[in-house]
Amino acid sequence: MAVPKSTQKLIKNTLDDYKFGFKTKNTAVFKTPQGGLTREIVEAISSRKKEPKWMLDYRLKALEIFEKKAMPKWGGDLSGINFEKIHYYLQPQDKPKTDWNDVPKDIKDTFEKLGIPEAERKFLAGTGAQFESEMVYHSLQKELTKKGVVFESTDVALQKYPEIFKEYFGKVIPAHDNKFSALNSAVWSGGSFIYVPKGVHIELPLQAYFRINAENMGQFERTLIIADEGSSVHYVEGCTAPTYSTDSLHSAVVEIIVKKGARVQYTTIQNWSTNVYNLVTKRAFAYRDAEMFWLDCNLGSKLTMKYPAIFLMEPGARGEVQSLAFANSNQHQDAGAKIVHNASNTTSKIVAKSISKGAGRSTYRGLLKVSKGAKNIKSHVSCDALLLDGASRSDTYPTMKIEESEVAIAHEATVSKIGEEQLFYLMSRGLTEEEAASSIVNGFAKPIIKQLPMEYALELNRLLELEMTGSVG
Amino acid sequence: MNIKKKDTLEIKDLHANIGDLKILNGINLTIKSGEIHAIMGPNGSGKSTLCNVLMGHPKYEVTKGSAKFNGKEILDLEPNERAHLGLFLGFQHPLEVSGVSTGTFLRLAKNLKLKANGETKQISPMEFMPILKQTMGLLKMDEKFITRSVNEGFSGGEKKRAEIVQMAILEPKIAMLDEIDSGLDIDALKIVAEGINETFKKTGLGVLLITHYQRLLNYITPDFVHVMAKGKIIKSGDKKLAKELEKNGYEEILKKVK
Repeated sequence: MAVPKSTQKLIKNTLDDYKFGFKTKNTAVFKTPQGGLTREIVEAISSRKKEPKWMLDYRLKALEIFEKKAMPKWGGDLSGINFEKIHYYLQPQDKPKTDWNDVPKDIKDTFEKLGIPEAERKFLAGTGAQFESEMVYHSLQKELTKKGVVFESTDVALQKYPEIFKEYFGKVIPAHDNKFSALNSAVWSGGSFIYVPKGVHIELPLQAYFRINAENMGQFERTLIIADEGSSVHYVEGCTAPTYSTDSLHSAVVEIIVKKGARVQYTTIQNWSTNVYNLVTKRAFAYRDAEMFWLDCNLGSKLTMKYPAIFLMEPGARGEVQSLAFANSNQHQDAGAKIVHNASNTTSKIVAKSISKGAGRSTYRGLLKVSKGAKNIKSHVSCDALLLDGASRSDTYPTMKIEESEVAIAHEATVSKIGEEQLFYLMSRGLTEEEAASSIVNGFAKPIIKQLPMEYALELNRLLELEMTGSVG
Repeated sequence: MNIKKKDTLEIKDLHANIGDLKILNGINLTIKSGEIHAIMGPNGSGKSTLCNVLMGHPKYEVTKGSAKFNGKEILDLEPNERAHLGLFLGFQHPLEVSGVSTGTFLRLAKNLKLKANGETKQISPMEFMPILKQTMGLLKMDEKFITRSVNEGFSGGEKKRAEIVQMAILEPKIAMLDEIDSGLDIDALKIVAEGINETFKKTGLGVLLITHYQRLLNYITPDFVHVMAKGKIIKSGDKKLAKELEKNGYEEILKKVK
């Protein structure tokens, strides 16, 4: 069948459609120079943060690992990253505030534009806002503080809760896990630290928003979430950046520990501008009867390589990854999931959906592993790709390593192309070509979007519409 | 029945190709509101193509002729513009749209049509639901279909009934129904026919039925019956013509024409 004539109309320069591309004039309090990552830079970051010696040692060791490890040869094209040009640390204000009024005006205005204080008032239990390398604002509802919940900038947590910090930091994702986890371990700054005490359920989500503002910025936040026995928490992260002609790098590490009977949901609505390399390592350990749920929505960036992982460590643990990727022109979303069944009677589910438009490229890359000795395993993997035109591309790389026989594993994959007939059908009912294509895309994404809290679902629907119409809302 | 001025679709000397293949070779046909036309003919005679060309399917190229709706040329309009003028096509094979609920979709289509026709008022879900439920009741469709994705997992018969629900909701002026009777058992056929008859009585629309079989015309009485072959209408008559075809098959008529 011929390529629908919608193709020409739909392929548009998406840079103009991105409504978060505004820049804020901000004078950094401190920033590390360009010219490549050195021992001096790592030492400067650590000293600026007045860190304990063990953390400096950890960083320096990670730097060595980073320097030794080769760039990954798989995934997306990383050849455009220029490590010489990146600012590895940029401090926009002296220290994090707990009152928006204390945040410098230019930064506060940025977050006002992004709707963060409003969201905080309406439907959040706690809010963090990171600007460049530092969390500039952090707050948590008082009742939760009283119950012993900790929601802090990771830097603050290192100072305030040194024991628990040292016990868990770097245990789920060691520095040597991959080149970019090593980089993050060497220069990490900001991110969220969450501790939920035994039996405490946080009803409303905690949210952190990550904003890159400067050109050639490297943002390396580090998030650590510990849900103690029988507790539950839903953490949401959002991220955007201005559009520059040069590239920025976002490389986070997120470690999560879900203890016996606890539940953690980690929701991402990633919408970086198309000059950002987004290379993130995310992993959770789930223990007896615990549940981990990654809900990962990736719209923006130049290249995203991200495969949220769940290691099911003890019997009864359950892991689920649901993801949605939208690859528009000049974008490559290389995303997926990784599940490792390390114990018997564990279950997992992966639902991955991708949409490619205007020569955009999406890849599903997944690993499902059942370790020796893990019996009675159930897993269900489904990947669906939707191509909006003939120029777009989708690939699926599902890897399975099954070392046991008592397993029930189902795997489904579909690739569909928006067809001329389907568009014609909807148009015959009175929808324009764009409205018809938009309906099909929204319908395709709906099973993922309906998992989001209402406010985020509305936002995501709006973002998808923007991607589809090419008009600024 | 609506006694206002009649809406007219006037097709003159219409020729259309798919690729290099000529399918329509000069169709002349006028359909007015309040009339029921049936087009019959052997496979490959161009019946479905005629509907698709009139609705604006991009696969076909019109090489000659015109189709005017109330005097306005429609062949250069987008399908959605034709829909907003009052044309409707009931598909032989309705398409599935995953994740888009039937109720939401129909309200969107209805409101887009209202807007395109200069209405400032939009129908709210509260106003729309009772109308949709009533219409579905007429077609004996369970209300659960309202929340299900458009045509997804519907049986053949359910899809056809849903097409008539869509027609009744969108209230077109001229509806083309492409083999709406194919794949229906006798009970479903009666239900679909009743839905068409009810909508006809209520709105006085014009109907163009495409069918292979006379049996549909036992339930819907056509004012005109046309026989199509090789991209042309070769004979027109009243409902008796359909009976004749049923008895003698197409061969005889085709011979006579040659």
